[in-house]
Amino acid sequence: MAPDLEKPAVDAVTGTPTTGHEWDGIQELNTPLPRWWLWTLYLTIIWSVGYWIVYPAWPLISSHTTGILNYSSRAEVGEELAKLAALRNTQAAGLAHASLTEIKASPDLQRIALARGKAAFGDNCAPCHGGAATGAAGFPNLIDDDWVWGGKLDEIQKTILHGIRWEQNPETRVGNMPAFGRTGMLKREEIAQAVEHVRSIAGLDVDKTVDLAKGKEVFAANCASCHGEGGKGNQELGAPDLTDAIWLFGSSRQAMTEGLINGRGGIMPAWNGRLDPVTIKALTVYVHSLGGGQ
Amino acid sequence: MTTLDIKGIQEAADDPRDDIPLYAPAPKVYPQSVKGRFRRIKWGLLFFCLGIYYLLPFVRWHRGPSLPDQAVLIDLERKRFYFFFIELWPQEVYYLTGLLILAAIILFLMNAVAGRIWCGYLCPQTVWTDLFMSVERFFQGDRRDRIRLDEAPWSFDKIWRKAATHISWLMIAWWTGGAWVLYFADAPTLVLQLATLQAPMTAYLWIGILTFTTYALAGHMREQVCLYMCPWPRIQAALTDADALNVTYRHDRGEPRVSVKQAARLREVGQPAGDCIDCHQCVAVCPTGVDIRAGAQLGCIQCGLCIDACDDVMRKVMRPAGLIGYDTEAAVVARAARTTPPARRLIRPRTILYAAIISLVGGAMLYQLATRSLLDLAVNHERTPLFTTLRDGSIRNSYTLRIANKRSEARPLAITVGGPAGTAFEISGASPSADWRPIVTVPADQTIEIRLFVAMPRRVATSSSQLIQIKASDLAFGESVTVKENFFAP
Repeated sequence: MAPDLEKPAVDAVTGTPTTGHEWDGIQELNTPLPRWWLWTLYLTIIWSVGYWIVYPAWPLISSHTTGILNYSSRAEVGEELAKLAALRNTQAAGLAHASLTEIKASPDLQRIALARGKAAFGDNCAPCHGGAATGAAGFPNLIDDDWVWGGKLDEIQKTILHGIRWEQNPETRVGNMPAFGRTGMLKREEIAQAVEHVRSIAGLDVDKTVDLAKGKEVFAANCASCHGEGGKGNQELGAPDLTDAIWLFGSSRQAMTEGLINGRGGIMPAWNGRLDPVTIKALTVYVHSLGGGQ
Repeated sequence: MTTLDIKGIQEAADDPRDDIPLYAPAPKVYPQSVKGRFRRIKWGLLFFCLGIYYLLPFVRWHRGPSLPDQAVLIDLERKRFYFFFIELWPQEVYYLTGLLILAAIILFLMNAVAGRIWCGYLCPQTVWTDLFMSVERFFQGDRRDRIRLDEAPWSFDKIWRKAATHISWLMIAWWTGGAWVLYFADAPTLVLQLATLQAPMTAYLWIGILTFTTYALAGHMREQVCLYMCPWPRIQAALTDADALNVTYRHDRGEPRVSVKQAARLREVGQPAGDCIDCHQCVAVCPTGVDIRAGAQLGCIQCGLCIDACDDVMRKVMRPAGLIGYDTEAAVVARAARTTPPARRLIRPRTILYAAIISLVGGAMLYQLATRSLLDLAVNHERTPLFTTLRDGSIRNSYTLRIANKRSEARPLAITVGGPAGTAFEISGASPSADWRPIVTVPADQTIEIRLFVAMPRRVATSSSQLIQIKASDLAFGESVTVKENFFAP
């Protein structure tokens, strides 16, 4: 039977008009949405046009439409960064006027110094001393309690400012471990004896076949002038304490022999002039706080 | 393509049924005013709820010199939520999860006991719509007057009545937004700033947004919100059962519908006659414009106004009140079948379950809130390096302590570390107390971070990892927290 095309069909079960669409005997009922629902769709379209006018929207070949507000999230980030820089400058002013001990005594200044110092350490010091300041063979560990050149605030600051064996800086820290073997100052046998003597005062295992008394004589004649009679070291000269458990170049017999033959002399750059005084202060406080500060 | 196919396509394209509208205008509802028990309850709840909403930000609660004295305050800048004696930090936002669970299950329980109480009496959409309708009635008169006014051509009378209504609506809407922002800043200060146009831009923006939504939803959208936007009517229909009280047309008593005179005649000859006189008062007063006599339906918010209207009519025609009333489906069905209605079952599996969940979640939250520590200690072991060797050969580990003081006073805390004999510890920046325990002071309502160094002689640091106890004891309030953490050695 041909459907009556003039009247909308009505579903017999629900009494709801149908849209007239039918698939395999299944009819689509017409339950109309409220008209305002359609208006909200048109409203969002109008809104989007307004949005295009006000905000950046359309890509062009090499740029984009900027909108009449000229808004840019990049510019907004720039403003935020400028605000941050201004805040850092005021904080830096606080650090500039305070002495190192004053910074240590003030929790606020210390907090600022530590944050700034940590960032500067990561940028400048970490390549040699490591991200966690644990150092490596030849590069001192800064978080233990052993210091080659002193662990007080002003001593740390001096080391950072002028460096170690940094020839361009007249005030740099200088100390020499001579190459006893290479220059012929000591014979191979004497070096072996000195090494065993040092091992005995450091509490390390000792080769009993070596003459320790001879070793003590060699030490007194050649080493004691810097490292001291008992081997306790001298921070004025950068001569390490040979009796403690910390060895900058390792505590193996081979490493110690190598040091006596070829000498030692690590270099640290002077940071005065490369970093501003406030950053150096902050670095000093940061390094001092790592666990070894005295 | 055959000729027949082409003809089919043309017929389909010309099908006039394709022109039938898929969108329908929303018919405007003109609710009539009504007096009665449920109307009084609704007025009472309206004043109570709106009173809380508009006035709560002005309630003061003293918390000490450094903290805000507003009883309910969401301090976004300092990241604190204050609710009378409770102060929550961002990491305690799980209380909000608990509250949301409670709110959902309480809604379910309300529904299992007495239907859409929320929709009819407490929902902000209902409350504000009710308020807006009373404003409308004040300026434009009752149902008949409003219908006549809408049909009348534009005149001075119509213009001023309409204008007064919309201006009043906008003012209420504005103040709704105004009260909203007061929950996010010190209320008296912000009111003064708003009055002198000195308030922050965000305050005006939010007032603007809430003015728009209130005006649109309560003034214009009204029942359309319940019908098309709100998910609850749909969920509610799936959650209800035959034992839940609902606003019900007692069709066992009302049918067949006849006029008063005909009902009297039928009763005289002993024929059945319903009490419903088909006066349509229940439809006229309905704020969503539904006919309650069609049974429970999506559009019925169960506000009870049709009960008031029908009771009034029943009194006039000298029939007992309660043709429409709170009743269960089970009772109506039983009476219609001329059997004794079953006793109302308040205690059913679902009400037991809902009540159990509510007491469980509520109890857990109360317990947590009552026993929550106002002193938090979090310990992070330094990972790089795990340990350091010192000059004398001892092993040192370092830790970062984060200590949160949730009191409104600064607290001096003694830090101690428990471990094997010979364990020593040090905190940079701490001042030693009389008994040589280092003291750190945490300022009121703040978190501080300190570094702790713990060292053990090599002879006791034998195991690659062993537990130590880090303890923070409050010297002023006697509270203490202990955290167990690993000590690593080679």
